[in-house]
Amino acid sequence: MLTKKQLLTKGLLSVAPHMFSVIPFGIVCGAIGIELGFSPILVYAMSIIIFGGASQIVFLQLLSGGASTLIAVTSVGVINSRHLLYGAVLSEYLEKLSFVKKLLISYLVVDQGFAESNKFFQKNKNEPYLHYHLLGSGGTLWIFWQLSTLSGIILGSFVPEEIGLKFAVPLTFIAIVVQDLKKLDHVIVMITCGLSSLLFFDAPFKSYIIISPIIALFVAALVLRLKK
Amino acid sequence: MTWSSIIIAGIITYFTRMTMVALVDRDLLGERIKAVLAYVPSAVFPAIIFPGIFINDYGTFIEMNDPKIFGAIVAILVGYFSRNVIATILSGLFSYWIIIFLL
Repeated sequence: MLTKKQLLTKGLLSVAPHMFSVIPFGIVCGAIGIELGFSPILVYAMSIIIFGGASQIVFLQLLSGGASTLIAVTSVGVINSRHLLYGAVLSEYLEKLSFVKKLLISYLVVDQGFAESNKFFQKNKNEPYLHYHLLGSGGTLWIFWQLSTLSGIILGSFVPEEIGLKFAVPLTFIAIVVQDLKKLDHVIVMITCGLSSLLFFDAPFKSYIIISPIIALFVAALVLRLKK
Repeated sequence: MTWSSIIIAGIITYFTRMTMVALVDRDLLGERIKAVLAYVPSAVFPAIIFPGIFINDYGTFIEMNDPKIFGAIVAILVGYFSRNVIATILSGLFSYWIIIFLL
């Protein structure tokens, strides 16, 4: 059995490699907000209130481009709706927590933290303090997101555009799913999702980010039926 | 105006995170749905990966000889065999940099 502290540390270490994409992305997010003419306090407050990288950038870009607040808010909701899926997966492991603890830990559910903690949970179902892993992964991502957006706001984008660190974002997620390429059913689901995302890329409100997972999950259901 | 919309966006985002964890009873989900949910990472992350590689900053498709495709292939191969997250990310970045800076 692992102690709370060990789980917290494991969670922290599991997301450490993802800082290659989180930090540059946070800097860009802060710097873009200032470039678009928003006040520093407002840009930073988003990192606490929304705490979701892609949705923060889209929100500011839409508003500065003259879109209505309704459209901007809707886009944030659509982009972040994928968390509903993460929550559905994690609920199995967080079942025993008190209601208040569930409310608090939910705030820390983000892409990379979900991905790494979910992997750990699958292999360690019987640990009593599993949620400390999520606390470690989500908490680490939260802290570095705050620090990196803040430095982007204060210093501007000091990472030169030419070195293309934005490419670290897809690489991070490749690192998360690459082991599942060993399983044919997962490969089918991944290709479905990826092709759908390119097909629906221009759909309104950035909805490709939730349309393609829904299509891919339908295909997953079909694959499961065929496997039986 | 902007402040209130940020707060509303924040509340909506929080609800997307919290609803399934705190408000929905896991037992309501049937066995089949639980089995499908095991595919969530494979069903969600390619929607971040594919556009991140194949679509450029201007929302159009990249050329087939774009260095990002090469970087992604290297990362997939290194990741597949090394099982190491840092090696996956760095091999992709470095192979991409080698092409854009040296070639």
